[in-house]
Amino acid sequence: MNFDKELDARGLNCPLPILRAKKALTDMSGGQVLRILSTDPGSVKDFQAFAKQTGNELLASAENNKEFEFYLKRKQ
Amino acid sequence: MGATPEIAVIDDLIRQRLDEILPQRIEAQLQAREESRTPSMAIIATKGTLDWAYPPFILGSTAAALGWDVSIFFTFYGLNLLKKDISDLKVSPLGNPGMPMKMPFGPGWFKELNWNIPNLLQAGIPGFESVATLLMKQTIKNTGVASIEELRSLSQEAGVKFIACQMTVELFGFNHDDFIADVDYAGAATFLPVAQKSDVSLFM
Repeated sequence: MNFDKELDARGLNCPLPILRAKKALTDMSGGQVLRILSTDPGSVKDFQAFAKQTGNELLASAENNKEFEFYLKRKQ
Repeated sequence: MGATPEIAVIDDLIRQRLDEILPQRIEAQLQAREESRTPSMAIIATKGTLDWAYPPFILGSTAAALGWDVSIFFTFYGLNLLKKDISDLKVSPLGNPGMPMKMPFGPGWFKELNWNIPNLLQAGIPGFESVATLLMKQTIKNTGVASIEELRSLSQEAGVKFIACQMTVELFGFNHDDFIADVDYAGAATFLPVAQKSDVSLFM
């Protein structure tokens, strides 16, 4: 999937992946896609909740080998 | 004089139609209002230990990231969390049977060990608290958990309001100079109206 910016949150624990993602989205413009890498198993539910609450769309999420990958589309 | 038959029929129809469309309309309006509203949270932080420093800053910074309005009121020992230098925050396993005592280094089997040290010894060994704090800080680092300093500055950056209880500042003999910048000083009368309007109000 195409993305405009990447955030490597691997090794970080709750709530840092969410806080860093929020910061990264602030610097982006509407419609752009942020790719996030994480190793925090709690981030799966957390990014779903974050997307629902903030209106930034969670386009996709995947897990491979205990690493998680999220694609967030910044809201307009 | 009662209504003429025609008017009564029309009134009935109007009532029927309103019953059909009103609930939907109201539901839509309420939903729109709910979506445009900014949620808010008011926290009272009363503890000044390393472990209890986490909940207010984790929830505060996260709520701000979700777009909420957040105020944290620091009172009594919670004031310690606002000091310029918070590297001396400590955690005590003494009298806290819920705290696991594990080593953050060494081979796997060693890290798995649970050290059951009796309270009597914990209280008697000089420097026990400092050692426990050192081990906890190492564990925090090893597990990628943020430091309190980092969570505190992230909270402030995200717009979380910090309010210190002026009464306890005086009670404990603190000066405003002891604390970080951008802190308001106020009392209970300031907290209550904020809490009243908050969706989430927590005492920690």
